[in-house]
Amino acid sequence: MMEKDLQKTQNVAAAERIRNVKTFVPRVDIYETKNSLVLVADMPGVDETTVDVELEKNVLTIAGRVETEKPTGGMLYSEYETGDYERAFTLSDEIDREKIAATVKNGVLRLELPKAEKARPKKIAITAAK
Amino acid sequence: MINPGLWRVRRVYDMVPQMLQLQREMNRLFSDAGHKTPAQYPAVNIWEKDGAAVVAAELPGLDPDKLDITVTGDALTIAGSAPVESPAEGETYLRQERETGPFQRTISLPFQVDAQKVEASYDRGILYVTLPRATDDLPKKIKIG
Repeated sequence: MMEKDLQKTQNVAAAERIRNVKTFVPRVDIYETKNSLVLVADMPGVDETTVDVELEKNVLTIAGRVETEKPTGGMLYSEYETGDYERAFTLSDEIDREKIAATVKNGVLRLELPKAEKARPKKIAITAAK
Repeated sequence: MINPGLWRVRRVYDMVPQMLQLQREMNRLFSDAGHKTPAQYPAVNIWEKDGAAVVAAELPGLDPDKLDITVTGDALTIAGSAPVESPAEGETYLRQERETGPFQRTISLPFQVDAQKVEASYDRGILYVTLPRATDDLPKKIKIG
């Protein structure tokens, strides 16, 4: 855990916004199960109302707006910056677009991308040859 | 007639100590470049509010009940463990960037904390700890008798 760079990465490629805040690349875990791909993204400060998941053609974009109230008073010490999140992924055609499910809990976005029927592993029955 | 070239030479010599000083400072500035200081997890921001310090840390995806926050004197310790999602059989990780596993961090504050009045909240993956200054540590006004 300690070897990793703990600073957030700024998403320079993200389109310029009206909002004058920095945009960061959320850290993600992606794992593959038999029937789906699961994407877990760390986006502290977002909730279900401020996160956007968009699928256009085969590009999946996750974006989060952070509007947490900063404690009033002077800042004494700072190690991290706050800002919005944005990251895009290119999906293969193997995803069933209609059934993508997304949940947000404690600042973590979890997306479940079910594989299309044709991409699921199929058991092939074997009959004994004569 | 005064040779302007000589004047210039004189001025350059006058500047030598300053240039050496500048060189030393630049060397000092860049000597740590590329060296990463061992970063501590989680990263924190600290604000001052009505004589109390507010420590904020981004800790997404944690169970707030399992966070261990302790205060001793002027030190705040945040400990916990980011859940490790171990893949079940037939699952493979394609990407793993999130922080997992146990962590502990101690932050020294510039004053003694009133441990009884410390408050913590966890909202949308961000932990806030409000640490008021102990009353017997507050500056006292002394009257001249």
